[in-house]
Amino acid sequence: MLNDFLILMKPELTVTVILFLLLFIKIGKGMKNETLLPLIQVLLLLNFLLGFFFNKQGVLFEGLYTSTSMIVFQKNILNLGVYLISLLCADWLRKTPHLPEFFMLMLSALLGMFFMISSGNLLMFYLSLELATIPVAAMANFDLEKKISSEAAMKMILSSAFSSGILLFGISLLYGATGTISFAELPAQLDGSPLQIMAFVFLFTAFAFKLSIVPFHLWTADVYEGSPIAVTSFLSVISKGSIAFIFISTLYKVFQPMEAIWYNMIVVLAIATMVIGNLFALRQQNIKRFLAFSSIAQVGFILVAISSNSPAGLSAVVYFVLIYVFSNLAAFGVASVISEKTGRENIDEYKGLYKTNPFLTWVLALALFSLAGVPPTAGFFGKLFLLTAGATKADYWFVTVAALNMIISLYYYLRITRAMFMDKNDQPIEKLRPDPSARLALLICTAGIILTGLLSWVYDYIVKLN
Amino acid sequence: MNSSFYIALIPLLPLAGFILLGLFGRSFFKNSSGIIGTLFLLASAALAVYVAYDYFSGSATIRPREIAFTYTWLQFSDTLSIDMGVLLDPISVMMLVVVTFVSLMVHIYSLGYMKGEERYPTYYAFLSLFTFSMLGLVMSSNLFQIYIFWELVGVSSFLLIGFYYNKPSAVAAAKKAFIVTRFADLGFLIGILILSWYSGTLDFNTLIARMTSPESDQLKSAITSSFLGLSGLTWALLLIFMGGAGKSAMFPLHIWLPDAMEGPTPVSALIHAATMVVAGVYLVARLFPVFAISDPAALEVVAWVGAVSAVIAAVIACTQTDIKRVLAYSTMSQIGFMMFALGVSKYGGETGLGYTASMFHLFTHAMFKALLFLGAGAVIHYVHSNEMKDMGGLRKYLPITHITFLVACLAIAGIPPFAGFFSKEEILLAAHENSPAIYWIALFTSGLTAFYMFRLYFSIFWNKPAHLHGEKHGEGGFAMMLPLILLGIGAAGAGFTPFGKYVSTDGSPLESHIDIGFSALPVALGVVGIVAAMWLYLKPTNRPEKLAASLSSLYKSAYHKFYIDELYLFITKKVLFNLVGRPAAWFDRNVVDGLMNLTGNSTEAVSGAIKKLQSGKVQQYAIYFLGGVIVLAVLFIYVWK
Repeated sequence: MLNDFLILMKPELTVTVILFLLLFIKIGKGMKNETLLPLIQVLLLLNFLLGFFFNKQGVLFEGLYTSTSMIVFQKNILNLGVYLISLLCADWLRKTPHLPEFFMLMLSALLGMFFMISSGNLLMFYLSLELATIPVAAMANFDLEKKISSEAAMKMILSSAFSSGILLFGISLLYGATGTISFAELPAQLDGSPLQIMAFVFLFTAFAFKLSIVPFHLWTADVYEGSPIAVTSFLSVISKGSIAFIFISTLYKVFQPMEAIWYNMIVVLAIATMVIGNLFALRQQNIKRFLAFSSIAQVGFILVAISSNSPAGLSAVVYFVLIYVFSNLAAFGVASVISEKTGRENIDEYKGLYKTNPFLTWVLALALFSLAGVPPTAGFFGKLFLLTAGATKADYWFVTVAALNMIISLYYYLRITRAMFMDKNDQPIEKLRPDPSARLALLICTAGIILTGLLSWVYDYIVKLN
Repeated sequence: MNSSFYIALIPLLPLAGFILLGLFGRSFFKNSSGIIGTLFLLASAALAVYVAYDYFSGSATIRPREIAFTYTWLQFSDTLSIDMGVLLDPISVMMLVVVTFVSLMVHIYSLGYMKGEERYPTYYAFLSLFTFSMLGLVMSSNLFQIYIFWELVGVSSFLLIGFYYNKPSAVAAAKKAFIVTRFADLGFLIGILILSWYSGTLDFNTLIARMTSPESDQLKSAITSSFLGLSGLTWALLLIFMGGAGKSAMFPLHIWLPDAMEGPTPVSALIHAATMVVAGVYLVARLFPVFAISDPAALEVVAWVGAVSAVIAAVIACTQTDIKRVLAYSTMSQIGFMMFALGVSKYGGETGLGYTASMFHLFTHAMFKALLFLGAGAVIHYVHSNEMKDMGGLRKYLPITHITFLVACLAIAGIPPFAGFFSKEEILLAAHENSPAIYWIALFTSGLTAFYMFRLYFSIFWNKPAHLHGEKHGEGGFAMMLPLILLGIGAAGAGFTPFGKYVSTDGSPLESHIDIGFSALPVALGVVGIVAAMWLYLKPTNRPEKLAASLSSLYKSAYHKFYIDELYLFITKKVLFNLVGRPAAWFDRNVVDGLMNLTGNSTEAVSGAIKKLQSGKVQQYAIYFLGGVIVLAVLFIYVWK
C-alpha cells in the first residue's frame, strides 16, 4: 500500500520535496542567487528525468486520485516546461531578491496542476485548481517595483475569484441534481435536464476562463503584459497546458452523455476564440501582449481537436501542447533575453534584429514558424493532427473556418519575421550575449521544434499511451 | 539480408556531410571541406559496393524486390501512412553503385578543379546534398518518398547550376531548369495521385502487385474508368512519364538541359550526364511491370518520345560549337536510347531484353559520359574557353585527357570492345525484334553519334596547331587525373559485365550473346561516322563550311536547335502572357485585390471597434464574463436543446 502510494504519487512527492528543500534554504542561512539558481535548475532537471522511471497506473484514496501513463506523460510535459523556464529566464531570476520564494510559488502551482490532472472528484478538482491559481497571482506581482505588475496580480486574483465563485456554484448545482461529485459516478446520473445543463455551463466557464476562451479571456492580455516574462510564459504554456489536459479528460470521461450539448458549445466558442484572438493579435505592438493574444487563438485550435470526442483528439492535443511548450517558450525566451538586457518589448524595435543577433533571430523565427504551423517545423504537424482530429466529425465547414484562421495567423507571425530579417532600423538592438543556460534552453527548444515533428515516433508514442 | 539499418547509412552519410559543411563549412573547414565531403562519400561508396556484393552474390536464381529497411514517418490512420524505406532490387542496387561511384569521382576531381574557389565549402555542401537526394530517390520504397527526393534532387540541381550566382546567364539557366522541371513535376504529382487513388497504396511492391494481376479490383477500376478517351491508368502512367521526361530532358521538355551547362563542369558530369537526368528512365523502369503488363499503349508513347529525342538531339549535336553543349545534346540522345529501349521491351524472359539493355546502357553511359564531361572540364580548365574554335592540337599538352577522352568517344560510338558497344547492341537487338521503325531510327542515330563525337574529338585534340596564350600550366593535378583514369577503365571494361545475369524484368537471369552478323551493320556505320569526322576535322580545311552551306537550311535549323526555344518563348511570352497573363493580372489587381483590401479594411475596423472591450477595468471584465455565462446558459437551455 505504502509502496503503491509512493510510486503513484511520485511526481507530486518529488515536487513537494524540492519545495521543502527551498523552504529550508530560505529559513536557514539562505544562499546567494548565483549558487542557488544552478542548484534549482539541476533539481528541476532531475525532477523531469525522474518522471520517466518507476511509473505505474492506479487509483488512490477511493477514486480521489488517479494515475495513468497518459497522465504521467502529461506531467512530464509540464515538468519539462518548468525546467525550460528556469533556464530561459536565468537573467531575470538571478536579479530577483526573493529567488527561493519565486520557485516555491511556482512549484506549489505545479503541484496544484499535478493534483488537478490526477483528480477523480469535483472537490479534489476544485481544491487543486485553486492551488494552481493563487500562487501564480502572487508570482505575477514579482516585479515588485513596477506598478503594472501589481495591477496584473490584482486583476488576476479578482478575476479568478469571480470565476471560482461561478465554478463552485456549478459544482453545488451539479451535486444537487445528481447527488454525487465523483467523476466515476457522475456519467450515469447525467440526463440533460435544464438544471444539469446550467450546472455544466457554469463548470464549463471555469475551464473557459482559465484557457482564456472568448468571451472569458479579457483578463489575459493585462495580466500577461504586466507580469514578469517568466510568469507570463508559465501562465501561457504550463497553466494552459494543464487545464487543457483536465478539460479534455473531464469532457470525454465525465460529461460524455452530454456530448451533443458541449459539442455545439465548443464549436461556437472555438470559432469566436480563433477569430477574436487573431483580430486582436493583428494589432498588438507589445511582444508580450502579442504572444498573449496569439496564444488565445492557439487555444481555439486546440478546441477544434477537442470537439472530435475521440482518442485521436486527445493524442492530438497532448502532442500539440508538447510542441507548444517548445515553440512558445522559445519565443518567450528570446523576448525575455531582449527585454531583460535592453528593456525593449515593442515589435517595431525588433526591426533589423538579424543584423546584430542572428542566433536569437533564427530561434525566434523558427518559433514563430512553428506557432504559425509552417512545415517542416513541428507546429505544422501539431496543427495538422489537430485539424484532422477535428475533421473526424465531418463538420467540414468548421475545419475550414479553422484553416482560414490559420492563414490569418500566418500573416501576423510572418510580419514579425519580416521585420527582423528585412526591415532597416536606425537604432537596432545591440549585440546581446544571452546567459549560457538561456542559450542551452533555446537550443533545446529549437531541437524540439524541428525534431518533434520529423520524428514520428513521438506522436506514435502518444497515441499508444491512449 | 534482413532489415538492416546500415543500408540507410548510404544516403545518410552524404546528408551528414551536407549538414556539417553547410553549417560549419565556411567558418571551420574553409580549405578542408573538399576532403571531408570526399571522405563521407568514400565511406558511402564502400558501403554501396558491399551492399551490391551482398545482394548479387546470393545464390538465388530469382532476384527479389525486397524492402530492406523501413521507417514509418507519418501515421495518419491505420491504413494510411507515409514511410521512408529502402527498396533493394537489381536496378536500385545498380544505381546505388553508379551514383556513389560517379559522385565519388566528381568529388575527387573537384578537389583540383574547384580549388581556390571562394565558395568552395558551399560547393561541397551542395554536392553532398545532391548525392543524398539522388541516393534517396533510387532507394525509395514508395511513390511519395520518390516524389520528395525527386524535388530535392531538383532543388540541389538548381543550386548547383546557379552556383556562379553573379553570372546572369547561370542564374537564368538555373531558373529555366527549375521552372521547366517543375512544370513536368506537376504532371508527375497528379499522376502519383491518380495512381495511388486507384491502387489504394503508395508502396511500390503492393502497387505493382495490385496493378499487374488481371483479377485485382484496383486494376479493373483503373482500366475501365475513362477520361477524354483514355483510361485512368493510362492517364496516370502518362502523367508520371511526363515528370520523368522533364527530369530526363526528353523532347519537348529538354530545353533546360543545354543551358544547365552554365554550372561548374564537374557538376554537369555528375548531375546532367550520369545521375539525375537518368532519373526519368529509372522511374519508368521502377514502374515497368505496370507499364508493360497493364498498359502497353503508354509504353509505346515512351518508346516514341525516346526515339524522337534521340535523333533530334543527335542532329543538333552535330552543329553546336560549345563543347559542353555538344555533350549535353549527346546526353539527351543517349537517354533517348534508354527510354525507347524500355518502350520496346516486354515483360518476362527473353522478351524483356529491352529493359535489361536500357539499364545496361544507363550503367555504361554513366561511366563514359562522366568521363567525357570531366575530360572536357580538363580541356576548359586548360584553354579557358568552351568554344571549339579556341581549341585544337591539344593532344601533346593533355596526354592523359587525350587518351581517356578517346576511350570514351570510342565507347559512346559503339566500337567494340568498349563499354558502349555491348549495351547499344542489346538496345538495337531489342528494337529490331519489336519495332523495325525505331530500329532504323536508332541505327541512323548511332551513326550520327559516332560522327559528332569524333567531330568533337578531332576539333579538340587535332585540327589546327595549338595557339595558347598566357603561361602554360600542366594538365591538372593528380586529383583531376585519377578520376579520368578510373572512369577510363570503366568506360573500356564495363561492357564485359554479365549484366543480364543481374538485371532483368522478372528477376531471373538473362543470357546475353553477341551476334557478329547483327553487330556488323551498326559497327560499320560507326566507323563511317568516324571516318567522315576525320575527313572533315582532322586538318583545318574549309570542308565543314562547304558541307554546311550545301545543307544550309537543315544546318541552320539544327544550329538553332530547331527553334524549339523560340517556340516556347512565343507560347509563353506572346500567347500565354497576352491571352492569360494580362487578363489574370487585371482580374487580380481589380477584383481580388479589391476584395482583399475590403476584407483587410473591415478586419481592421472590427478590430478597432472591439478593442474598446479591452478597457483594463476588472469590473467590466466581470460583466462580460457574466454575460458570457448567461448567454451560454440561455442558448443551451432554451434555444439549442
